[in-house]
Amino acid sequence: MPSRIDVQSSITDARAAVKEKQFEDLGFRGKVERVAVVDSYVIDAPFNQRQLQRAGKLLANPLLETFSMNASTPSQEFDWAIEIGARPGVTDNMGATAREVIADGIRRKFRTSEGVYYSQVFFVSGKLTRTDAERIAEGIHNPLIQRASVKSRSEYEHDGGFGVAVPRVKLRSHSGVRKVNLEVDDKELDAIGKQGIEDRGGRRACPPELQRRRGPLALDLDAMKAIRDHFRTLKRKPTDVELESLAQTWSEHCKHTIFANPLDEIQGGLFREYIKAATEKIMEKNPGFCVSVFKDNSGAIAFDDEYLITHKVETHNSPSALDPFGGAITGIVGVNRDTLGFGLGAKPVINTYGFCFACPENLRGANSKDTIELFRDKERTQKILSPRRIMDGVVAGVNAGGNCSGIPTPQGFAFFDPRYRAKPGVFVGTVGLIPRKRGGRLLHKKGARPGNYIVMAGGRVGLDGIHGATFSSVALDAGSPAAAVQIGDPITQKKLSDALVKEARDKGLYTSITDNGAGGLSCSVAEMAKEVGLPAGRQGGCRVNLDRVPLKYPGLAPWQIWISESQERMTLAVPKEKWKELFSLCRRRGVEAAVIGEFTDSGRCVVESGGKVVMDLAMEFLHDGWVRRELISRAVRVRHGEPKEMPSTAFNDTILELLARPNIASFAHISSQYDHEVQGGSVTKPLAGRGRVNADATVTKPVLDSKQGVVLAQGLYPTYSDISVYDMAASAIDTAVRAAIAAGAHPERIALLDNFCWCDSYNPERLAQLKDAVRACYDTAVAYETPFISGKDTMFNDFKGFDAKGKPVAISVPPTLLISAIGIVPDVSKCTSLDFKMPGDAIYLLGETHDEIGGSEYAVLQSERAKKDCLGNRTPRVDAERNMKLYRALARVLARGLVASLRDMPGSHTRDDFALFSESQGRVLVSVAPSKCKEFEAALRGNAFARIGTVGGNAVCIRGWDGSVAVRIGVRAALAAYRSTFKGY
Amino acid sequence: MKKPKAIIFSGYGLNCEEETKLAFERAGGEADIVHVNDLVDGLVSLRRYQILAVPGGFSYGDDTGSGKAYAHKIKNHLAEEIEKFFAADKLGMGICNGFQILTNAGLLPGALTYNDSARYTVRWVDLEVAGESPWLKGIRRITLPIAHGEGKFVGSKELLDGLEKGKAIAFRYVKGDICAWQELPANPNGSLRDIAGVLARGGRILGLMPHPERAQVFTQLPHWTTLREGCVREGKPLPKEGPGLQIFKNAVAYFK
Repeated sequence: MPSRIDVQSSITDARAAVKEKQFEDLGFRGKVERVAVVDSYVIDAPFNQRQLQRAGKLLANPLLETFSMNASTPSQEFDWAIEIGARPGVTDNMGATAREVIADGIRRKFRTSEGVYYSQVFFVSGKLTRTDAERIAEGIHNPLIQRASVKSRSEYEHDGGFGVAVPRVKLRSHSGVRKVNLEVDDKELDAIGKQGIEDRGGRRACPPELQRRRGPLALDLDAMKAIRDHFRTLKRKPTDVELESLAQTWSEHCKHTIFANPLDEIQGGLFREYIKAATEKIMEKNPGFCVSVFKDNSGAIAFDDEYLITHKVETHNSPSALDPFGGAITGIVGVNRDTLGFGLGAKPVINTYGFCFACPENLRGANSKDTIELFRDKERTQKILSPRRIMDGVVAGVNAGGNCSGIPTPQGFAFFDPRYRAKPGVFVGTVGLIPRKRGGRLLHKKGARPGNYIVMAGGRVGLDGIHGATFSSVALDAGSPAAAVQIGDPITQKKLSDALVKEARDKGLYTSITDNGAGGLSCSVAEMAKEVGLPAGRQGGCRVNLDRVPLKYPGLAPWQIWISESQERMTLAVPKEKWKELFSLCRRRGVEAAVIGEFTDSGRCVVESGGKVVMDLAMEFLHDGWVRRELISRAVRVRHGEPKEMPSTAFNDTILELLARPNIASFAHISSQYDHEVQGGSVTKPLAGRGRVNADATVTKPVLDSKQGVVLAQGLYPTYSDISVYDMAASAIDTAVRAAIAAGAHPERIALLDNFCWCDSYNPERLAQLKDAVRACYDTAVAYETPFISGKDTMFNDFKGFDAKGKPVAISVPPTLLISAIGIVPDVSKCTSLDFKMPGDAIYLLGETHDEIGGSEYAVLQSERAKKDCLGNRTPRVDAERNMKLYRALARVLARGLVASLRDMPGSHTRDDFALFSESQGRVLVSVAPSKCKEFEAALRGNAFARIGTVGGNAVCIRGWDGSVAVRIGVRAALAAYRSTFKGY
Repeated sequence: MKKPKAIIFSGYGLNCEEETKLAFERAGGEADIVHVNDLVDGLVSLRRYQILAVPGGFSYGDDTGSGKAYAHKIKNHLAEEIEKFFAADKLGMGICNGFQILTNAGLLPGALTYNDSARYTVRWVDLEVAGESPWLKGIRRITLPIAHGEGKFVGSKELLDGLEKGKAIAFRYVKGDICAWQELPANPNGSLRDIAGVLARGGRILGLMPHPERAQVFTQLPHWTTLREGCVREGKPLPKEGPGLQIFKNAVAYFK
């Protein structure tokens, strides 16, 4: 019989005050009088009174809390009680920790069928109707992952509280492995590919026509035919395990088919002929800098003689659209595993983030496109969360993931455009540190050997994350699988991470490691099997027994175990003689590990379940059987109106307005909740100077006793894509490289990462834009000699759904490219920050300013004001050669300590408003001590630069062409405007 | 003279053990990072150490309340050994999550709860020493960073009065250089009587929410680029150390 322990605060509870405000913000201002928060634990085990008392004492700190058993009544008055708990199967970290604490504290082990489940109860008093209380419940929970119930006081008292409902997962026994008939007509074959294998008795909430399908394989008809033909030659039907496995391995998410397929005349594909080609060309010139590019889970560059630095940036857009918190936390914790999975395991040392949202409702600047109500289904039952909830959830998810894992998160940005309304852009990155060598082994190299055990370590496997890889390869609609949503468990991963990179790796306990991300075991095991080291002509393989995979709960079908994306798991190749030691280490570190099979030299991927072979495919077909598709592009050009010239009398107000625009305003509310000091390596901070202004780049020391540092910077200009995608991409690179150099990077020690977030990518017009972007990447990176070392793309950021009236709506994100720069700083004591340091210092503007107003924040503002398109047509052009000459000169003066402060400036001019608001690239604003000006100017000779002013006073004063004062704004007023937008967030 | 040895706890989500180890080493001591399970399993003994430090982190993800679960682990398995450790004239320290753990374990007075903002907050604070302890010798004011969601110190009036009388308040948040420079409020979390750190056992055990190990070198300071300009223009050499190191030096000096 389950029992319930309620823990209440016996002192003022800050959480309650914050909840009260949150409830009021849901439209009940003045109606909510008081909120009390109770933490509730349902213990699903036959505990006696004594055991329960002891458990209660373990869960409540007597100085802060009291606890009570079953049907507790809160100490204060209330009108409504709202309970929010996790749905069955959703990761419940609080419940899991409570279980561990109780088991250890009362020395009683829990059986597999027993457990502890956490929920939170809010006791609310105020003038609220039942509908009001239900709306509050709706506003604070996500039905995809959480359950909510609402009771009036009398109901609560009558029922004796919320009872002891146990959200245990109960799966109907599955039908085992099914053979799937592919000898069907094209229509059905297409349906299997697009909507999934037929299932008997669907569980998911989705339209009837999809109900009997398991969810998308995301395989097109050509791919389905290739599979059918392959099985014809084998003279048998494929099993569901085989089909699901092929779908994962061939997914856009895993194979990056858009970048790999021939496009027009580019027969080798965009990746090979542009991105990789750029890197190869640069590597010839600068050997030794890039150590591992594109082939591993992260890219790696040289840090010093002893260490390598790795970096990887991921996107987690689709999951974040469904559950922002869960999507973001699994994103950040997931990309940490790309670090653990680099070589034989790098230690995560820095996180980065980048968010693209629609503007939250109630924020100045939000328009109807930002706040439109959207639904995934025609019946309007599956609502897209509001922009505010998406933003808050994503911000909180990265907070929880990064902070809990003890990885500093200094560098990031937030960008706003209504086209991210249904699919936000959620970029998360992790930098890793790995010694070059340990025990005679080069740590960036790995390879399983035949006979090595396949070991799964970390979390267990559940239904969560089924179809994540294929799901992110298609547009978000009503068929999007709810099981794709998961919640991360950073502590389980932290324990795993510490055990691996701080102990097992250096003891040489495994020969290869990779993370379980997209596609779960099906992808990680098959990838490692492909890399099994063998003499030429022979191919690696694997044999897996699914019965040996540790499960969260019984009843999973074999195909589900094989492709589940349950988090916090790594797959390792372990020599048999090392298994005992690894297992013992894991046990002592609270990490679960199990042998699930063996790597072989069979060239086949063989999977067993229940004593039967349920998958037996040639590795060659699994990895290379996918069908190439000829892609065709068609360029179009759109003309926009030009912004009207603004009279100089309007400059002051316009500048203040620009400073307050969400894309420019302070996002200190995000930076100051992400720990950037942990691990002790912070050098220049995300919030710089007296004004705590968001910096464009941050420097961190990954090796504390080295004087070298790592600088991180980012560039992203989706608005430019409306005019020129080429300039969009070139500007992103220029911005990231410039910020990195300004922050102290050595110009010859900078590498880039590309993250393409595209839309509707089979559309020839979108492909033409992609081609432009990739050409710009090649041209600019080669000119700057900054190689790409890693990248990730997500090509279908499209939404197809319905508005509040049931009318179909389609929204695509603008073509988006995030460029992340990572650079090495030779001596961190030479770094500087963006704030002006001393009155009297000279201000210089380096670089040239042109009439490049197209797509600028100013042009967007003008368009909004005029309520028509006057976005302009001339985006900033990057003159890479000229810029690089300037940057090299700048790096030299920085190394000599001539510069007191600098900020890289995002954005021959003819108009004062253009001069002020142009986003011409290649420019840097610098302040220099008066005594150093001569030396500074001499060092920059041959570059465009001008002394434009002096630091001092308490206002910003700018003169126009004619010498009259065009701008005069008090620093206080500017700061207030800059901070006004997200005040209270 | 043998260097004093510090043991730094790790495991279950603690995460500041490496920089804390470095701080003790820079201060002239020796330090080992030991997983709590190796103590529980008896593979390592506290006897070999003079200083016990529980570093910052996110043990058990703060689930069920920060520091609670790890404290239970210590109480359930190591209570006797720790009691013996402090019966001798030895030092103990809990930083941030370590402070939360030591209060939950009953080794330090009071309790830590959610910040008034109920949000994780990262910034720098100014502190004033208010108690007497070997850890605090020669320090009057100090500037250190915080990073926590549950750092509000609470206790009954009697407890707080007792701490004041007993010189057992290690640090109070005050308005100093950093608060003035960045226009920040002195008290970042609503701590009662602005308490940022406390002492026990005659000052031998120190618990504090701010992170001294994150202020051990000059370039960790938030305004070091400004301070550097001042030094350069006045022809002064750049400092190497940060203010936090003195706390670790004091501990090491106690055994010399």
